[in-house]
Amino acid sequence: MNKTLNQKAWFLVLPVLVLVAFSAVIPLMTVVNYSVQDTFGNNQYFWAGLEWFGELLEDDRIWGALWRQLMFSAIILCIQVPLGVFVALNMPKKGFWASFCLVVMSLPLLVPWNVVGTIWQIFGRVDIGLLGYTLSSLGIDYNYTSDPVAAWITIIVMDVWHWTSLVALLAYAGLQSIPDAYYQAAKIDQASRWNIFRYIELPKMMGVLMIAILLRFMDSFMIYTEPFVVTGGGPGNSTTLLSIDLVKLALGQFDLGPAAAFSIMYYLVILTISYVFYTVMTNMDKKEG
Amino acid sequence: MAKITLDNLAHSYNPNPASEADFALKELNHVWADGEAYALLGSSGCGKSTLLNIISGLLMPSQGRILFDDVDVTQASTADRNIAQVFQFPVVYDTMTVRDNLAFPLKNRGASASYIAQRVQQIGAMIGMEAELDMRARGLTADAKQKISLGRGMVREDVNALLFDEPLTVIDPHMKWELRTQLKSLHHEFGHTMIYVTHDQTEALTFADKVVVMYDGRVVQIGTPEELFEKPQHTFVGYFIGSPGMNVIPAKVEQNIATVHGASVPLAQSYDGLNGKVELGVRPEFVSLTEGEGLPVKVRRVEDVGRHKIVRAELFGNDINIVEAEGTSISPDMNRVTFDPQKVNVYVNDWLKEGEAA
Repeated sequence: MNKTLNQKAWFLVLPVLVLVAFSAVIPLMTVVNYSVQDTFGNNQYFWAGLEWFGELLEDDRIWGALWRQLMFSAIILCIQVPLGVFVALNMPKKGFWASFCLVVMSLPLLVPWNVVGTIWQIFGRVDIGLLGYTLSSLGIDYNYTSDPVAAWITIIVMDVWHWTSLVALLAYAGLQSIPDAYYQAAKIDQASRWNIFRYIELPKMMGVLMIAILLRFMDSFMIYTEPFVVTGGGPGNSTTLLSIDLVKLALGQFDLGPAAAFSIMYYLVILTISYVFYTVMTNMDKKEG
Repeated sequence: MAKITLDNLAHSYNPNPASEADFALKELNHVWADGEAYALLGSSGCGKSTLLNIISGLLMPSQGRILFDDVDVTQASTADRNIAQVFQFPVVYDTMTVRDNLAFPLKNRGASASYIAQRVQQIGAMIGMEAELDMRARGLTADAKQKISLGRGMVREDVNALLFDEPLTVIDPHMKWELRTQLKSLHHEFGHTMIYVTHDQTEALTFADKVVVMYDGRVVQIGTPEELFEKPQHTFVGYFIGSPGMNVIPAKVEQNIATVHGASVPLAQSYDGLNGKVELGVRPEFVSLTEGEGLPVKVRRVEDVGRHKIVRAELFGNDINIVEAEGTSISPDMNRVTFDPQKVNVYVNDWLKEGEAA
């Protein structure tokens, strides 16, 4: 039997192509276009080639921001993942208090990002903020506007407050999917609490935990609003993370060419690290299997 | 190994049970003899698993006591009771190898490494998984996983009892038979007290020395397979055991004559002054289809199941099943049935009533 050849079917994918073109491809290409040119306004462009990329790669400023960014993501992952799992393990399994915990836990996730920033900006102020005032009354030298360490602690605690719930909720969902029989079998096998965690809960949570880690990494690596509202990248450059630096470059200095080159490199870094994370974690999964 | 005594035991999942209906497990007194193999048989939701979980200590009963060899263990933890239990669905530790899975209960109890190695090898052979001992448990089939669960249940030699909660549900039919045989030979070899929950009568009858039939949270009969077949204590037992189940026919009984819709049926025993709902119970095997005498029936269907024929008929508007031998020819004018008087049981309010010799 001959198959009829009908190329008209290609039209069926057209809507998706158009959508993706406008939502992703065209904006991205615009950025690529900027990154290889120099402009002084008036729609005048001069070909720059890879000059911006080269210049940025030799710039300490970018490396500093990247280093701070990596530090930030690493610290919050190290805190939020274990803490989230710990919270999930201790949440009630059912009944009124389970629902209550779920609602309370979701609250920080529902607060708009700039509001989170504002809350902590005021909370930490030494003159009127509850936290800042209390700390300084206790004789602790805390001032996030002048002390880099205090600024770092503030944005990290803020991020932990904002996002640990996400990890906890995902881990909780993973825990809820474990049938009772597993815990009963563990009791009968006389497994210790640690063994129950190690051999039942952790393996069953691994899937959702992987998603949680990936999400938290990508989100934290792109964070902008909250630290910007609290510290504005300061004191000095101490909390200038990648995206804050990018905005300074693009909108503060209006260096569109370097900013575009920066964006592309930023994007590639996130893509690469996420890919590495994903590969490592799925491989771990396979090896276990 | 131990004798297990249930003393006034009852359980309700409702913290403040108001009536008997709130009890998933109604008051129960029973002694499980040391070293016997029991099957706990009943339809879904009749309280079988509740009873099993109470014995293993996963559930605290609302009332009553459990004794192992006359020691009260009602408050004791699962670990202290030293019980092994296998669940309906496979429970394996995914990240461990088959070997580690089997060794886990022994390791947790601090057995010596050499003993563990030897015992695990032995159990591995018993469940037919010697070749897979070093594989991860995760990638295995449901069959294999359940075999690991069974193996983990059997790995400890000193357990007080082995409890099985419908363990062969996920296993292929041919494997079911093999594993059941293995469990049985294991029982012969070590003499553990075994309690095997199932809703499959074949499984129960082939596995156990004694079958415990439960219905609506109550133990309705404990007996050998023959007793359950010949003298069901409750209409549920008659209906549940046997294929097809016992025929239950509403009747009036006076002395040694039962009257079914005006037609009389002779009984082997004599009964006096029966009150309540009176029914006759007669197994299809003891009903014969005849031409001239007996009660009128309307035959609806004849099923030839190979070993015998099952006649589905109607008796005064009620269904009745008749089992006829394979060679019997069934003709259209066979429209009456007779019962073997020796095999007709009389039930009052669903419970068996013993009569006096007529």
